[in-house]
Amino acid sequence: MTRKPMNPAPKARKGRKAGRRHPLASVALIAIGLLFTGGAYAAFSTTTASAESDANSQQTIDDGEKLFAANCATCHGLSAQGSGDGPSLIGVGAASVDFQVGTGRMPLQMQGPQALKKPVQFTEEQTAALAAYVASLAPGPAIPEGEVLDGQGDAAVGAELFRINCAMCHNVAGAGGALTEGKFAPSLADVSAVHVYEAMVTGPQNMPVFNDMNISPENKRDIITYLKYIEDNPSPGGLAIGSLGPVAEGLFIWIFGLGAIVALTVWITAKSN
Amino acid sequence: MAKDDNGGADTTAADSSSVARVEQSTGTSVVTRSAVGNPGFPPHRERVTDLDPKADRNAERTVYTLFYLSIAGSIFAIAAYMAFPIVPEDMGSVRLNNLFIGVGLTLALFGLGIGAVHWAKALMYAHEGVDERHEVRGTDVVRARAVEIFQQANEESGFGRRTLIRNSLFGALIAFPLPAVVLFRGLGPQDQDPVALLKTTLWEKGTRLTMDPTGVPIKASDVTLGSSFHVIPEGLIDLGHESKLAEKAKSAVLLMRLKPEQLTETPERAGWSYDGIVAYSKICTHVGCPVALYEQQTHHLLCPCHQSQFDVTNQCEVIFGPAKRALPQLPIAVDAEGYLIAQSDFTEPVGPSFWERS
Repeated sequence: MTRKPMNPAPKARKGRKAGRRHPLASVALIAIGLLFTGGAYAAFSTTTASAESDANSQQTIDDGEKLFAANCATCHGLSAQGSGDGPSLIGVGAASVDFQVGTGRMPLQMQGPQALKKPVQFTEEQTAALAAYVASLAPGPAIPEGEVLDGQGDAAVGAELFRINCAMCHNVAGAGGALTEGKFAPSLADVSAVHVYEAMVTGPQNMPVFNDMNISPENKRDIITYLKYIEDNPSPGGLAIGSLGPVAEGLFIWIFGLGAIVALTVWITAKSN
Repeated sequence: MAKDDNGGADTTAADSSSVARVEQSTGTSVVTRSAVGNPGFPPHRERVTDLDPKADRNAERTVYTLFYLSIAGSIFAIAAYMAFPIVPEDMGSVRLNNLFIGVGLTLALFGLGIGAVHWAKALMYAHEGVDERHEVRGTDVVRARAVEIFQQANEESGFGRRTLIRNSLFGALIAFPLPAVVLFRGLGPQDQDPVALLKTTLWEKGTRLTMDPTGVPIKASDVTLGSSFHVIPEGLIDLGHESKLAEKAKSAVLLMRLKPEQLTETPERAGWSYDGIVAYSKICTHVGCPVALYEQQTHHLLCPCHQSQFDVTNQCEVIFGPAKRALPQLPIAVDAEGYLIAQSDFTEPVGPSFWERS
């Protein structure tokens, strides 16, 4: 009992010494050092990048032209005039480039019924440079920004417009749907507001164009609001099963509903042990 | 009703098989002797609850636990109804309300059902027995008595004798359903020939093409290449709700712009488009679904109901699917102010076939 107060002190001293001489101490030191230099480098490079892409300067356009020549010209032609493998990009505008490259659809992986969404191949700065270059060729729809993308419009108006103009292909809940010969309208879940807006303005792939005279920017904002609303508010009817309608629901009830009835029937008629 | 009236008394495996092997007339068939006879019951096997009193008690416990669970489920459903009320304007509350009441009721019904079945299977008397159906034909005495009753009733009521009463009764019974036929006719269009209604729409010469749902008129210059507009006739939105829907169902139009050189037009329709802008009825000629899935690269229109496809470049001819006729084209022109107008109504009835048109 009397020796008790003496014990903690040597233990603590011992612990401190052991910490400094611990075999992992040097590893930790290196890790901290790497983290610090890496963080500083990242901070430095992002500040320079944002400074670079601020303006649609000649510098950005030249960068875009180089990227275009290296990555896109095989199909779209050296001056974006188009070829047998890809359409002309003169006049498609920055919005089209931002949509196609920003969702990973371009560069195309292979020819097929339609370009598929895949991991994005370029950084944001590179995409912006490509967009600036294509926009410099001829006037076209610009990348939208500001209020139209904020999702604060009228969801009810957006829903009506969506039902009339979009729902036949994209499904009333935006879950997507099939078209002809392997083409399809993709699901709109988790598509960013800017990409939805660009798709409406430019009509990528087989989607028709919805210009500002057809659906005004204000109404486009309403449609984006509606899409955001259905994404944020789960179906009040319970499990939506992908919102795909009778196919998914029928499959579910045939497999699980009928399966449960068959299983119960087998159990009821089987002899007890 | 058991034929043997033995109250479900046991029939052992041995004698049931002997009862079943009754010789039957072979009729004109050649061989029936090799037919498989009734093998009777398999030998009776005791259940584990019959042999082991511990299993018996376990089964009993399971059954009453299931019934208690059912009670708990019912009470839970009542509690959930109170605890998760439906709040107007809050769709999330509907979801919770449905979910918890549903869980409670499911528990109540499943506990009851599974408990009852388990009780019957594991604990109730388990020996096999045969209750045969009684014969369909009654005994001669019963049949004679039935005829006697009918004859007596006929005599007492005078049904056969008083023919005027009988015939007027038949007349009354025949007349009674007639008002229903007349009332059902009232559900159809009144004072109008339905065939004529199906043949015309709201479109006429000079009607402006306006946007669905706003009713804003469309300028030809608004329709850029690759666009598709969902169009209703001018004045449709001012109609009352019911006639608006009835008219929209016939007059909905899809407006598209292609390059003029992409369009193949027969000479009689040469003036029906304007600078590559074409307007077609949106009502499928198969069963009337709205055909609006427009692919702007292939210029195909797809009907989502039965996958009929129409080629916009070739006057919306059917290229796939069950539709029989091309989509009717609306002849369009441009007025002095640059707005798109109809040259006339559709030149053929829109939508699916009906009796007077094949």
